[in-house]
Amino acid sequence: MAYPAEYKYTKEHEWIKVEGNNATIGITRYAQDSLGDIVFVELPKVGSEITAGKTFGTVESVKAVSDLYAPATGTVTDVNGALATAPESINKDAHSAWMIKIALKDPSQVSSLLSAADYEKFVAEEGGH
Amino acid sequence: MPAVEATIRKTALNAVHRQMGAKMVEFNGWDMPVEYPSAGGIIAEHNAVRTGVGIFDVSHMGDIRLHGPEALKAVQHISMNDASKLQMGQAQYSALLYPNGTFVDDVIVHRLGEDDYLLVINAGTREKDFNWVRDNTREFDCKVENLSDNFTQIAIQGPKGVSLLQKLTDADLSAVKFYWVTRGTVCGLKNILIARTGYTAEDGFEIYIPSDEATSARVWNEVLAGGKEFAVVPCGLGSRNTLRLEGKLPLYGHEISDEINVWEAGLDRFIKMEKPGFVGREALEKARGSVKRTLVGLEMMERGIARDGYKVQDANGREIGYVTSGSYAPFLKKNIALAYVPPELSDNGTELKVEIRGQGVKAQVVPTPFYKRPKKA
Repeated sequence: MAYPAEYKYTKEHEWIKVEGNNATIGITRYAQDSLGDIVFVELPKVGSEITAGKTFGTVESVKAVSDLYAPATGTVTDVNGALATAPESINKDAHSAWMIKIALKDPSQVSSLLSAADYEKFVAEEGGH
Repeated sequence: MPAVEATIRKTALNAVHRQMGAKMVEFNGWDMPVEYPSAGGIIAEHNAVRTGVGIFDVSHMGDIRLHGPEALKAVQHISMNDASKLQMGQAQYSALLYPNGTFVDDVIVHRLGEDDYLLVINAGTREKDFNWVRDNTREFDCKVENLSDNFTQIAIQGPKGVSLLQKLTDADLSAVKFYWVTRGTVCGLKNILIARTGYTAEDGFEIYIPSDEATSARVWNEVLAGGKEFAVVPCGLGSRNTLRLEGKLPLYGHEISDEINVWEAGLDRFIKMEKPGFVGREALEKARGSVKRTLVGLEMMERGIARDGYKVQDANGREIGYVTSGSYAPFLKKNIALAYVPPELSDNGTELKVEIRGQGVKAQVVPTPFYKRPKKA
């Protein structure tokens, strides 16, 4: 399957991988494909709060600027600093090029997000391919 | 979607782009390829043109022919450069101006024959330009024809463009200098207009072939096949934009428009004020030396990409101008922008800021063009 089954997904094309009270967040392969060559990523600082459904950063390709939406509410515990100098790693492997890690405020919040199968259906309809 | 599709225009190569998996976007009313993921996307396309060769469908560009006994007089009246300097087969960058000295459009004027001129104009301004040219040349004994739909225009751009096209034509391309045109057989099609022009700040050619779908597709595919040994790639509007930005080539609606005059845009060397009586001249004579803003190149000194329309601030955070075009520059590997700022803040090295998502991000005025192609020894 194109999308890891252990991740959950948003309709704004972020993925979230939950491990206990902690989670890792990135954007999906579909998102990077739509954006094209990614050249810039702006992420929150460790310690800042992000809120489900609200923007937590920005990703830019040569052509487009796109907001990042938080799949869940929590406190940022780690930021993938390598993306500052190598944002293209998201194009190469979006599902391992994580952006931030957070301590979840409420781990049960994530259950309302899309499963891999549902997300795949969703992007098939949205992208027409 | 259906409402949009009803009015959106397509070039004769539209089906070919789709078959090749191009990402399509709407540009000035045209359904155009923005990039070809199969070619590696915008960055790969951009760098192919800088170091090898890439080809673009630029059929959305418009073409206006003026011919007849007073064609030169008509061209002289409506354009700011001096077309009387053109020898047969020569071309020049120029612009059509409103009486107040702002831009109707920028154009390339080609002198095809004794009294025969071809103006190549922008896609988004086709109708406006044609009407304007027709209305402003009525007093002259010459015919004005809109040939925009007659041609499929393919741009073959990059240092290896000449070797590629030479394989497909009997015309001696080594004899064609930059901004000159010739005619020859291309892919078996006789008497094809071949211009050594482009919008990439690189050497290259633009060929004008019949606009039927079958011929257009055949030539496009033959150029791609012929270019295999040069690793040719198809290119979209995304790389076309970043290539022209590195070369500081203006884009209508961005660096030039009906609200910006020639002095502000810094296109002084293409305007011939000693030429009498062209539209816009009088206003520009008055405006000379008193510009309130000027176009500069910016390089971002801190993390961030300036984008079209972003505000420019002075070092103290006061708003003083705006970005007309901004992007990551794939060949230079820098974040660059063009912006209008007051002349007193336009010196190279001046530190400014670009407002990006509410934050002032440091930028510096740098010499332009950002990129200049290496001169052949």
